[in-house]
Amino acid sequence: MTNLLNTILVIVLMLNLFALGTSRIVSVIRTVAAQGALLSLLPLLLHEHLTLAAALTVVPTFALKGIIIPGMMIHALRDVKIKREVEPLIGLQPSVILGALATVFALLFADQLPLTDAHSGALIVPTAIATVLAGFILLTTRFKALTQVVGYLVLENGIFIFGMLLVEAMPLVVEMGVLLDLFVGIFVICIIVNQINQAFASMDTRRLVSLKE
Amino acid sequence: MNVLFLLLIAIVLLGFSGVPGCLLSARSAAGQRVATALMAAGSLLGLACVAGILCAGSAPSLSLAWGFQQSRFAVAVDPLSAWFLIPVFIVPMLGSVYGLGYWKQAEHPANGRRLGLFFGLLAAAMALVVIARDGVLFLIAWEVMALAAYFAATAEDDKAEVRRAGWIYLIATHIGTLFLLALFALWRHATGSFALEAGHSFPAEAATTLFVLALIGFGFKAGLMPLHVWLPGAHANAPSHVSAVMSGVMLKMGVYGIVRMTALLPVGAVWWGPVLLAVGAATSVAGIAFAIGQRDLKRLLAYSSIENIGIIAMGLGLALLGREQHHAEWVLLGLGGALLHVWNHSLFKSLLFFNAGAVIHAAQTRDIDQMGGLAKRLPRVMALFVVGAAAICALPPLNGFASEWLLYVGLFRTLGLGGEAGAPAVALAAVALAMTGALAVACFVKVLGAVFLGTPRSEAGGHAHEPEAVMLMPMAALACGCVVIGLFPLGVMPLVAAAFQTWASHPAPLSVAASVPLKSLSVAGLALVGLAAALFLSLKLILRTKRVRQGVTWDCGYARPTGRMQYTGSSLGNSLVELTSFLLWPKHFRTALRGHFPRPSAFKSLVPDTVLDRLVMPLFRTTGRYLPKLRVLQQGQTHVYVLYILIVMIVLLVWGGMGS
Repeated sequence: MTNLLNTILVIVLMLNLFALGTSRIVSVIRTVAAQGALLSLLPLLLHEHLTLAAALTVVPTFALKGIIIPGMMIHALRDVKIKREVEPLIGLQPSVILGALATVFALLFADQLPLTDAHSGALIVPTAIATVLAGFILLTTRFKALTQVVGYLVLENGIFIFGMLLVEAMPLVVEMGVLLDLFVGIFVICIIVNQINQAFASMDTRRLVSLKE
Repeated sequence: MNVLFLLLIAIVLLGFSGVPGCLLSARSAAGQRVATALMAAGSLLGLACVAGILCAGSAPSLSLAWGFQQSRFAVAVDPLSAWFLIPVFIVPMLGSVYGLGYWKQAEHPANGRRLGLFFGLLAAAMALVVIARDGVLFLIAWEVMALAAYFAATAEDDKAEVRRAGWIYLIATHIGTLFLLALFALWRHATGSFALEAGHSFPAEAATTLFVLALIGFGFKAGLMPLHVWLPGAHANAPSHVSAVMSGVMLKMGVYGIVRMTALLPVGAVWWGPVLLAVGAATSVAGIAFAIGQRDLKRLLAYSSIENIGIIAMGLGLALLGREQHHAEWVLLGLGGALLHVWNHSLFKSLLFFNAGAVIHAAQTRDIDQMGGLAKRLPRVMALFVVGAAAICALPPLNGFASEWLLYVGLFRTLGLGGEAGAPAVALAAVALAMTGALAVACFVKVLGAVFLGTPRSEAGGHAHEPEAVMLMPMAALACGCVVIGLFPLGVMPLVAAAFQTWASHPAPLSVAASVPLKSLSVAGLALVGLAAALFLSLKLILRTKRVRQGVTWDCGYARPTGRMQYTGSSLGNSLVELTSFLLWPKHFRTALRGHFPRPSAFKSLVPDTVLDRLVMPLFRTTGRYLPKLRVLQQGQTHVYVLYILIVMIVLLVWGGMGS
């Protein structure tokens, strides 16, 4: 079980780097969709015996993270007619290197944490930290509104992995609530993206500075 | 129980007195009359309740659950509350009557209704403050009071000066409330509930912290130096009847807070009394010294209020010292003097503010140096002013003398014991009290001379006329109160004894009359009044037979003397201002005269508030200059904000890692 789990987590880590290293926005969205879909399977693998709660989490998570949200974003992307992140704050290679460094940091840091035996063998905690950091890197270095949304999604994926540690302790309702929040948030952003595009004739969030008082 | 319900009904009547007016037109006088009628009804009902409670000697209380966690709607009236309730029910009622003439709805359509609404609310909130026996209820009433006073005092908010004064008041009152929040939170922590009941025992540190918090929090409201910063501006810029209520009653709520808190706290540390004595001494001397330097009549009265609060604080300090060292007589005289002065100040200071309103109405300026010669045009106002001024200067046979006499006797009783802790503070306070009295006389001689005597200095002053009867009647009522308490202080001593019992939680072992010859005070006062009346009548009789010739006073040989050649109030007060310049730091603007035929020149002097204008405002200004640099952080870039989150997260991770 742990082997399969760790395999998935390693793939997640690589998807992080891939998301950091591509300039085509569609590819980034697809990468994150794949990451989300993979993660939605985690509850099935994490525990010896399958609980109903875990099984119930899987279906909506998979649908939202793997299909609906990426679908909405690709739809929004088509509306605003852009394909690439033209000018990230730091280049693509440097962000990949940063992401790799973050992964290393996460692995080293997780070793220091006082974890229970059940969690110390698996890569859950380092992957969670590395994914959160990758999300932050996407958020701080990309300027297009949609890539920023992708950054938030990656960030949320990281938090989701953390949440896996607590799936027994946390009520199902909380998990579903978080998902609903995410869905609504992204739904709204996809609408706003269109509006930003019309109002500022650009998707560059730096233009939003003019809204500052 | 029933009495308390009636009292609450009275408070509700006060609180809603301005509401009917809000439904009527902005120029309708009917709304204002209804408000005054409701105020009068509520106040008289309230006074009747208080009288009933005092006569019955009971202390009714009421406690209801009201939905707030761990807090109850608890009210009670004990002799201390009753003592403070009486001015709350008298002064705002008279102020409302006075407002019928002073702030006519038809002349102030823009703010008359709002003023009426908040004036009533202010009175109701103050009454609730005094009877509240629960921390949360107390704070709610306290905030309603502070905000109602803000809206009432800034009635003329179209003027920048008024807005500025209101702003400073709002900041000061909220800093005070912050301390009170801490006070009641700590109280809850120490006693386990918000109920303000005596009989808890505290560890020494907790009691000391509670005392200090109460002193600062309530000191902001009472105006103890150096927490008085809001007071002069707010009083000067409020409508006069609002100033009267603020100075006469609202400041006393701060005093009430300190009295109540010290009553609830068991005997505390030795230094409490001396600290209060020293603060009171400093407040009274500095307050009256600043008052002498003022040119604005209402600012002057406001500083004089600070002085009187200082006197009250000295009385409380003496009482605390006596309670700590088990001298019942000190407690009796200190507390009795302080409480009596609370009443007295609310009578004569309201009288003086009403008076100032009438004078300002007539002269159309607040500047003392622009007035003059009003004695001939407003003789009744002047007569009432003389009563108020003599009372505030503690001249017999008026009420100010009675309360300050108790204090003097109390302070002198502590002498001769020697060697006890607090002796230096007591000696300081006795000297300060004497000095304050002398300076107060100088201050009001200046006002009387510059405002009422001489000839008018301005056009408006020449056309001044006596105010209407609705404005004179409240003043006359207050003046009567001053005379009656001054002549028969013995009459209120049973109430002082009852308040003593509440405060010290044991009955007074001796009566005030036993240590102070109050009867001879009445006799001497009556003799003085008789003598004055005889002199006045004989003067009238003599003048009736003689021919009276009117002329200019001291024209010094000038061919054409003008009003501008008179001594101004500023020049009268100047020697004293120079004497206390280490405290006041007066500012002079003068141009040097050069040559044999110097050019026209100008001279100006003013006394800014040392704490506000030289300390607080520069501090705020400097802070205001540097804080905008932090705006660099607010870039408007979402990435940068996310970066902040990332940095904080990493710092927290590292910090947490180092901790483990």
